[in-house]
Amino acid sequence: MTNTAYETIIGLEVHVQLQTNTKLFCRCSTSFGAEPNTQTCPVCIGMPGSLPVMNRQAYALGLKTAVALNCQIPEFTKWDRKQYFYPDLPKGYQISQFDLPMSEHGWLEISDPKGAFETKKIGITRAHLEDDAGKSMHDEAAGRSDSRIDLNRTGTPLLEIVSDPDLRSADEARAYLSELKLLLTYLGVSDCNMQEGSLRVDANINLHIAQGERTAATPIVEVKNMNSFRAVERALRFEANRQFESWQANPVELGSPGGHKTTRGWDDQMQITRIQREKEESSDYRYFPDPDLLPVTATEADVASVRGALGELPAALRVTLAKKYGIDAYDADVLVNQGRPLVAYFEELAAACDDGRRASNWVQQDVLRLLNEMDATIDQFPVTAAALGELLKFIAAGDIDNTRAKDVLQEMIDAQSSAAEAMAKLGIEKVDASDLESLCRELLAANPAVVADLKEGKMKAVGALIGQAKKQNPNVNPAQIKSICIELVKQL
Amino acid sequence: MSLIDSPATELLQLLKSAEVTAVEVTQAYLDQIARYDGRVKSFLSVGSERALEQAATIDQRRGRGEPLGELAGLPVAVKDVLCTDGWVTSCGSKMLADFVPPYDATVIARLKAADAILIGKTNMDEFAMGGSTENSAFFPTTNPWDVSCTPGGSSGGAAACVAASMAPLSIGSDTGGSIRQPAGFCGVTGLKPTYGRVSRYGLIAFASSLDQVGPLASTAEDAALLLRTIAGHDPLDSTSAPVDQPDYLANIDQPLDGLRLGLVREHFGPGLDDEVGAAVGQAIKEFESRGARVQEISLPHSKYAIATYYVIAPCEASSNLARYDGVHYGYRTDEAAMLADLAEERKQLAAAGDEAGLANLDSPLMRLYRLSRSEGFGPEVKRRIMLGAYALSAGYKDAYYVKALKVRRLIRNDYDAAFRDVDLIVGPTTPTVAFGLGEMVDDPLAMYLQDLYTVSANLAGIAGISVPCGMTSTGLPVGLQLQAPPFQEERLLRAAHMFQQATDWHTKRPTLAAETP
Amino acid sequence: MSLSKADVEKVASLARLKLTDEELSTMTRQLDQVIQYVQQLEELDTSGVQPMAHTADLANVFADDLLRASLPRDAALANAPKRDDECYLVPPVLGD
Ligand SMILES: [Mg+2]
Ligand SMILES: [Zn+2]
Repeated sequence: MTNTAYETIIGLEVHVQLQTNTKLFCRCSTSFGAEPNTQTCPVCIGMPGSLPVMNRQAYALGLKTAVALNCQIPEFTKWDRKQYFYPDLPKGYQISQFDLPMSEHGWLEISDPKGAFETKKIGITRAHLEDDAGKSMHDEAAGRSDSRIDLNRTGTPLLEIVSDPDLRSADEARAYLSELKLLLTYLGVSDCNMQEGSLRVDANINLHIAQGERTAATPIVEVKNMNSFRAVERALRFEANRQFESWQANPVELGSPGGHKTTRGWDDQMQITRIQREKEESSDYRYFPDPDLLPVTATEADVASVRGALGELPAALRVTLAKKYGIDAYDADVLVNQGRPLVAYFEELAAACDDGRRASNWVQQDVLRLLNEMDATIDQFPVTAAALGELLKFIAAGDIDNTRAKDVLQEMIDAQSSAAEAMAKLGIEKVDASDLESLCRELLAANPAVVADLKEGKMKAVGALIGQAKKQNPNVNPAQIKSICIELVKQL
Repeated sequence: MSLIDSPATELLQLLKSAEVTAVEVTQAYLDQIARYDGRVKSFLSVGSERALEQAATIDQRRGRGEPLGELAGLPVAVKDVLCTDGWVTSCGSKMLADFVPPYDATVIARLKAADAILIGKTNMDEFAMGGSTENSAFFPTTNPWDVSCTPGGSSGGAAACVAASMAPLSIGSDTGGSIRQPAGFCGVTGLKPTYGRVSRYGLIAFASSLDQVGPLASTAEDAALLLRTIAGHDPLDSTSAPVDQPDYLANIDQPLDGLRLGLVREHFGPGLDDEVGAAVGQAIKEFESRGARVQEISLPHSKYAIATYYVIAPCEASSNLARYDGVHYGYRTDEAAMLADLAEERKQLAAAGDEAGLANLDSPLMRLYRLSRSEGFGPEVKRRIMLGAYALSAGYKDAYYVKALKVRRLIRNDYDAAFRDVDLIVGPTTPTVAFGLGEMVDDPLAMYLQDLYTVSANLAGIAGISVPCGMTSTGLPVGLQLQAPPFQEERLLRAAHMFQQATDWHTKRPTLAAETP
Repeated sequence: MSLSKADVEKVASLARLKLTDEELSTMTRQLDQVIQYVQQLEELDTSGVQPMAHTADLANVFADDLLRASLPRDAALANAPKRDDECYLVPPVLGD
């Protein structure tokens, strides 16, 4: 989808909650959904005298992610206080990173198998560790005039991942988010649950509009409150159009009077963005190094050992799967995008049936469909890869056709049985070769018109015979009926 | 010698040998407090009942032959800057007048584990900001040597209560001289340990990179005794140093042979009171007569120390004190009155058609913050918050904050160079002795300049001690400051002890006039 | 450089303080005095000097990711100036 009128410039800021047992600077639980204010201590309440101590695992997960995002890891990093007043920020500052973040200058490659855009590398400006704020709840409906503050989430470790403004469309933004989420899931650093706030996205967007020789840039808008990838996509589409229309009505350029950056919130109900009230002095955070925390250093050897322990990540895995199992790039992409556990299932299945393509087809067409119907994940799928492999081997041996095999798989699920047991239950048995031949002879004898057609080379005519054969014996293999009949006609 | 005039080390022997009970010792100090603290006002709260209860328990345990902590039965007064579980910890501020911490500072936990008896919480300048204890939101403490004078600050209560024999041991905190200066003014021994030596966990922060907790006592030996209990690595404080703890008492009797003392040229210039200079000169002669070699050294950047300090400390303070917003704990303005005022302001602005005024009007939350903080903090705290917020704000940070951090390194470099030639640096603790109450309240800068000799140690993170070394003609104590390289508290204490073996300034006590009962 | 009342007012708002007119005048005079004094640092050449935020030469201080008991809710909320059974209460926070 190209638009010659303007180019859309998008950068994304993603906050990911790291999967630790405890908070970034204290040892309170990070688990979601507890009763309000039951997971706090003097440190995360910001009580006088309390001091932060950094969670080793949070730093390790942050570093792992940064390395996987191809970031440069500086030898020295420190933590700074970002100061602003808000009731869900009990210390009066967030502990974040300012001028010396733990990682910078990385990239993430995105592609679209459907070809909507070219494969490209999106720059990662930086990824840094910081602590989360709590939750402010305002419930006018209940007749309360006060906002209620829950500090359970306060201090949860976040990794803020900032992209360069390299994204050129809502499609690309969505692809970036999907690929990022996939990577984070493969790394096991976050559950990326958007509903629970484990992954939050803010977008910076503006337009570059050709003005004869030069390009005019519209004021940058930061879009917030997008609660799903679909919302991100829609908000960005909406915002690009809105900015273009606004430009046409009143061409204000970035940096000119009235052209400062603004913040807009996505209204999912109305499917529009709305201007948000600016936080006072939001630009003067008075960052300075947190005197309660010490710097962290990382040697090249540290980084190398993190890199060595990453395992195969999605981009590489796609190539590996296609090569190793002889499947299309598209299929490899679909499999990899389903996550590491599904890939493991696929690989086991491919090994069990010794046929990567068949395994790939069955996983994509049947396993995924069934998982979808069951609303389950692959770990919950009742048929093991070994058991399904047995069934696929029967298909390969010509003992059963694909269509019947689907019934068998359903039976395996319903009765929790093996492939052989399910086939027996359904009365499927291999038809003896001589029985098959005599059946075909009978059919040809009874259908002279079909024989005539076949002699004239109208091979489609054999279909009528297959139908009759199945009626007489549901276990016959249609492909075998077809080839035997054609062979017999030739001999006539 | 009465109980309350005995050094803590001697009391401890008496307790161990069961010549006195913890209840007797505790009661003796409580009696002294009851008799004299009405004038000295060193305590914000005295925990008589719980102290006596704890003392009785210790006596029982001792009677049963149970093992006891190393300070068992010794009363310790604690500056109200350290969080004490279940005991109001106000930090000398209206903001925290009702704050009851749900946890113990590490230093408090260690004192409890050592079976020390927490006798009371001592008065201080609000949030440890000040040098006279006049910035306490509750009342000023007076100097036991002359109640018309200040005891110094911010650990004024901590020093005064030791000087007035109301506690044998006391805990203070020192960000720019807040242990050493009041120790000097009150004629007691006060040690600021190396940054990282004592845990800051539970110490209500003023300026985190400068704050240290330390002991105040009658003698260097007693200070060593208390330091041994409170010092040591703490995993709850990231800045706590993972270094070995020497037994500060074990070798304190051994004189330091061939001690090399450095005399800071810049500390004997204009501004130094003649009598203070004379007493310090006499003290240095005393060291020389015991074999010390004295040489002049230079700390060329020391004249910038106050300027450096009064950028860094307020910057950190402005951030540390952002948490006091009337939401999660602490003082909150009268909300109903605040909302009514806002409504009235809005009405007037609307009537006047003042659109800009309406747009700029505080939201209720904003006004809640501003009023809670303005009413909860005293003027000196507000000044420092403002100073820090200004020095960190956009456009000024490099000129003030970053610049100060660079000068701070130069100051540290000066010390590192000096300590290649000398073992300890010696000089006056303060330019003058205790000044009169109210004398400097309206001149913050003059008050700041009082910290001339003490702030450098905090900026550099090194250790320093103040010991009494003389008296002025008006009967006020003079303090001698010794400074040591990082983690050389043992050397510092041995030198101080050596001095106290040779002199008796530390044994002098003021004559107190009791208040009418 | 000297400090104006407008500067001080701006900083007061940044620091969430509300000064009376009298306080504003006094504060402006006193802060300006300190700022003037502090400006003596400018005479020092500090090019090439690394800023020193910590005196301790320490790095890489971590705690293990092991749960410890949180405060009981009542203890956590005990000091709150305004609360209900579960939460801290503040005047309505609009937006977000
Ligand atoms: Mg952030
Ligand atoms: Zn916590």
